[in-house]
Amino acid sequence: MEAVEKSKRVQSFTKTKSQRAGKEEWLQRALIILMLLSFLSVLIFPLGTLFAKAFQNEEGTFIGIANFVKYFTTPSLVQSFQNTLFIATMTTAISVTLAFMFAYCLVRTNVKGKTFFRYTALLPLFAPTMMHGIALMYLFGNQGLVTKGFFGTIPGIEIDLYGPVGIIMAEVIYTFPQAFLIMLVALNGSDNRLYEAANTLGVSKAKQFITITLSSVKYGLVSSMLVVFSLSFTDYGAPKVVGGQYNVLATDVYKQVIGQHKMEMGATVGLILMLPALIAFIVDQLTQRKQVSYVSSKSVPYQISQNSKRDSLSFVFCSIISACILILFAAVVLAASVKVWPYDMSLTWKHFELKSYTGDGFTAYKNSLIVAALTAVIGTIFTFVFAYAIEKIRRMAGVRKFGHFLSIIPLAVPGLVIGLSYVFFFSQPKMNILGWTVSNPLNFLYGSIAIIVIANILHFYSVAYVTAVTALKKLDREFELVSESIGVPFYKTFFKITLPMCLPAVLEMAMYFFVNSMVTISAVIFLYTADFKLAAISIVNMDDAGNLASAAAMSVLIIFTNIVVRVLYEVVTKLIRQKNMKWQNQ
Amino acid sequence: MNNSYLKIAGIHKNFGSFTALNGISIDIKKSEFVCLLGPSGCGKTTLLRIIAGLEQPTAGSIFINGKDMTYMPPAKRNFGIVFQSYALFPNLTALQNIAYGLKAKKIPKKEVKERALEALALVDLLHVKDKYPAQISGGQQQRVALARAIALSPDFLLLDEPLSALDAKVRERLRREIRFIQEKLQITTIMVTHDQDEALTMADKIIVMNNAEIMQVGTPQEVYNTPANPFVADFIGSINFWKESRKGKNEEKTAAIRPEHIRLSRTDGILAEVEDVEFRGPIYRLEFKVKDSSSHLYGQSIKVDVSTHDVNHLKLVKGMNIHISLPEESILAYNELVVS
Repeated sequence: MEAVEKSKRVQSFTKTKSQRAGKEEWLQRALIILMLLSFLSVLIFPLGTLFAKAFQNEEGTFIGIANFVKYFTTPSLVQSFQNTLFIATMTTAISVTLAFMFAYCLVRTNVKGKTFFRYTALLPLFAPTMMHGIALMYLFGNQGLVTKGFFGTIPGIEIDLYGPVGIIMAEVIYTFPQAFLIMLVALNGSDNRLYEAANTLGVSKAKQFITITLSSVKYGLVSSMLVVFSLSFTDYGAPKVVGGQYNVLATDVYKQVIGQHKMEMGATVGLILMLPALIAFIVDQLTQRKQVSYVSSKSVPYQISQNSKRDSLSFVFCSIISACILILFAAVVLAASVKVWPYDMSLTWKHFELKSYTGDGFTAYKNSLIVAALTAVIGTIFTFVFAYAIEKIRRMAGVRKFGHFLSIIPLAVPGLVIGLSYVFFFSQPKMNILGWTVSNPLNFLYGSIAIIVIANILHFYSVAYVTAVTALKKLDREFELVSESIGVPFYKTFFKITLPMCLPAVLEMAMYFFVNSMVTISAVIFLYTADFKLAAISIVNMDDAGNLASAAAMSVLIIFTNIVVRVLYEVVTKLIRQKNMKWQNQ
Repeated sequence: MNNSYLKIAGIHKNFGSFTALNGISIDIKKSEFVCLLGPSGCGKTTLLRIIAGLEQPTAGSIFINGKDMTYMPPAKRNFGIVFQSYALFPNLTALQNIAYGLKAKKIPKKEVKERALEALALVDLLHVKDKYPAQISGGQQQRVALARAIALSPDFLLLDEPLSALDAKVRERLRREIRFIQEKLQITTIMVTHDQDEALTMADKIIVMNNAEIMQVGTPQEVYNTPANPFVADFIGSINFWKESRKGKNEEKTAAIRPEHIRLSRTDGILAEVEDVEFRGPIYRLEFKVKDSSSHLYGQSIKVDVSTHDVNHLKLVKGMNIHISLPEESILAYNELVVS
C-alpha cells in the first residue's frame, strides 16, 4: 500500500523514461533522422529560400511586401493574373462537369464498352500537356484539318485557337482524367440501402439524385475541382504552345527568371502560383477530417436499374468524349507520320529521326528515359522506406507525425515552384540559416542530372507516398511486434514480409514515377542544362523553332513509351497476383 | 519470502491527462494461468502492452524472475504473444510462420524444422503445415499463432483477446486446447479478455479490473462466490441488488444474491408474482415482483434462475403468485451503495 502511495507521488513529477536502445533501435532512429534530413534539404530549405527571396530585393535586403505591391501595380502582370484566373475557372467548370458525367455513365448506368471508355479517358495521362496543344494546332490551327474543312471537302470552321480558347481546350483534356479518377472513386462509394429506403418512401429520382448521389460525392466534387483548378492554374506546357500573346502566370515566371533574370519577381510569382494549391491542400485536410464515410463494411453496392434509354444516351455521351480524345491522339500520330501537313499526306518516318537544330532529337529522348528510370527506382525506394518508417516504426512518434505532414506537403507545391526553388537554393554556394552563413554542402548537385531526378521525386512524392501508406496500413499492425517478440530484426521482416506483401503497390509507385517523369516539364524547365536536355523540353524547343512535325513525333514517342510501360506494369502485376493467389484473401 | 515469477509493482500509466492505469500491483507465480478481466477501457490491454514492453509505464516497475525489466525492449523480455488478429504472416506457410523466429536464432536448419514441426504437432495441425493462413480456418490460424508463440520456448506467454474473433463453438474448443497446452508446457500465461466465461473456465487466477484499477484478485471460485465489491458481483455473472437498512442505525447498505441461489416454494417464503419468463434452454430466467407488503423487499424486482425441470413441475407461468426465499448463507453484503 505504501509503495503505491509512493509511486503515486513519484509519477506526478517524473517523465516517462524511454527504453534502453539496442542496435536495431539505433538503426530505426537513423532511418527516421535520414528522412528528416532529406526533407530538410530537398523541401524545406529550397522552399524557404524561395519564400525569403520573394521578400527581398536584388541585393538580398529585406523589403517586406514591396515585390507583391510591385506585382499588383504592373498592368501587364495583373493582366496575366486575371488571365490565369479565367483559364483556371473555365477549365474547372468544363472539366469537372464532363468528368462527373463520364464517371456517372460508367458507374451508374449499364453503358456498353465500359473498359474501353475507361482506358480512353485515362489516355491523356500518358502525354505531356504540350501534346494536347500540338494536336489542337493540327486540327484548329491556321492550316488545321477542321479550319481547312478537311482538305476543302466541307466548309472550314475557324476558331480563334491561339489564346484563351486553345489553352482552355488543352487544359480540359489535360485535367479530365484527373477529375475523372476522383469522381470514379467518389461515385463508387455509395450504399444501395439509401436508394432502397428512398424508393420505399416514394422519393422521386430527381430528388434522390440531389439528396443521395450528390451529397455522397460532394467531397469528391470539391476535391476534383480544387485539383483541376490548381493544375490548370500552374500548367506551363499548354499556354507555351497554344497561348499565343495571351500571358499566364506560368509563362510569366519563366520569362521573369530566364528571360529577364528578375529572380525576386520570379519568386513572387512563384508564391502566387502556389496559392490555389495551398488553399486546396488546406480545404482537403479540413474536409478529410469532417468526411463521414458513406460506405461501411455493411454497405450494399449500388444496383443499376434497367433503363435502355438512359444507357443509349450515356453511350452517345461517352462516345463523343472518347472520340474527342482519340481524334487528338490520332491527329498527333498522323501529323508525325506524314510528309507535309496538310499538303502532302503521304506517310514517312522522317520526322521520327527528330532532326532539329534545337531539339537534340534522340539524345533528349534517351536522357528522358534515364531520368524517368532513375526517378522510378530511387523515388520508389525512398518513398516506400520513408512511408514504412512513418507507418510501422513505433519510436519517435512526434517526429513521425511531422514526417507524415511533410510527406503530403509536395501535393501543394506546383512543379514550376519546385524547379524555381531548386534553382535558388542549389545554385547558391553559401546559405543562410537563421543568420548563420555556411557553405552550401548541396551546391555540387546544381546542374547535374541528380537535381532533375530529385526534383521529379519530390514533385510526385505525395501520391506515391499515399499509395505506399495505404498498402502498409492493410498489413496487420502486429507483424512488427510479433517479429520483435520472436527475436527477428525489423529489417528482416521488412524484406521477408512487408515488401513482398506490398509488391503490387511498389510497382504502381514505380510506374507512376516513370510515366510522370516522362511527361513533366514544369519542374525541370529551370533545371536542365544545355548538354542534358529532356524529351518534353525538346518538344517545346522544336515547336519554338517551327518544327512542329518533329515535336509531334517526339510526343508520339513519349506516349508510346508510357503505354508500353503501363502495359508492362499490368502484365507483371497480373503475374504477381497469379503467383500469390494462394496467400491472398479469397 | 517472495516466490512470484512476474512481479508488477505500482504501475501507473497516463496518456496526457487520462489515467489508464492507477497503481497496479500483481504477483504472478511460475506456471500460473492469469486472466486480466474487465470491461473495455479498463486498462487491461494497456497493462499487457506494458508487460510486453510496447508501452512504457509512467511510474512503477516490472520484474521478471527477480530482474528489473521495466526499461527492456520487447525483444529482450523473452515472451511469446498471440493477438486477436492472429498476425500470421500471410505470405508464409503455417510451418514457415513457426520457423520464422527459430531461423533468426542461429539454430541448425534441421533443428529449426524439427522444432517447428514439434510445435505444430502440439496444436494438432501437422496436416496443414504447407498451407497459407488464407487457406485455413480462423481457429486453425489462431492455433498456428499459438504454436509460433511457444516454438521459441519463451519464459511467459501473453494472449491478447485470442478468441474474440472466433465463432462460439470454435471458441469453446480452443479454450480447452490452450489450457491443455499451457498445463503441458507449464508456461506462465497472462490472458486479456472481456469475456467472463473465458476467464472463469480457463484461469487459475482472475484479476478483475475497472477504471484503471484492480477490483479483485482471486481464483474463479473466489471472484464468483465472494465478489469483493458490487462491481465484481455485477460484472461476473448475474446478481440481484437491494438496499438494506441496519436496524436501529441510520445507515444503508447493499445486499446481493445470485439468481440461482433463490429457492421457490408453494408455501414458504415471501410472496411474489411472476412478471416475466425467459427460456434459456437448461434453465429459465424468471423475473419476480415482491407482493408481500410486510417484506423489506416489497415492490422489488428479483431475478431467479430455475431449472427447466422445476418450472415444468411447478407449472410456472406469467402472472402466477409463488413464494421465494433467500438463503442467508448466499446473501452478500456491501458497504457501497448501488443505484439500480
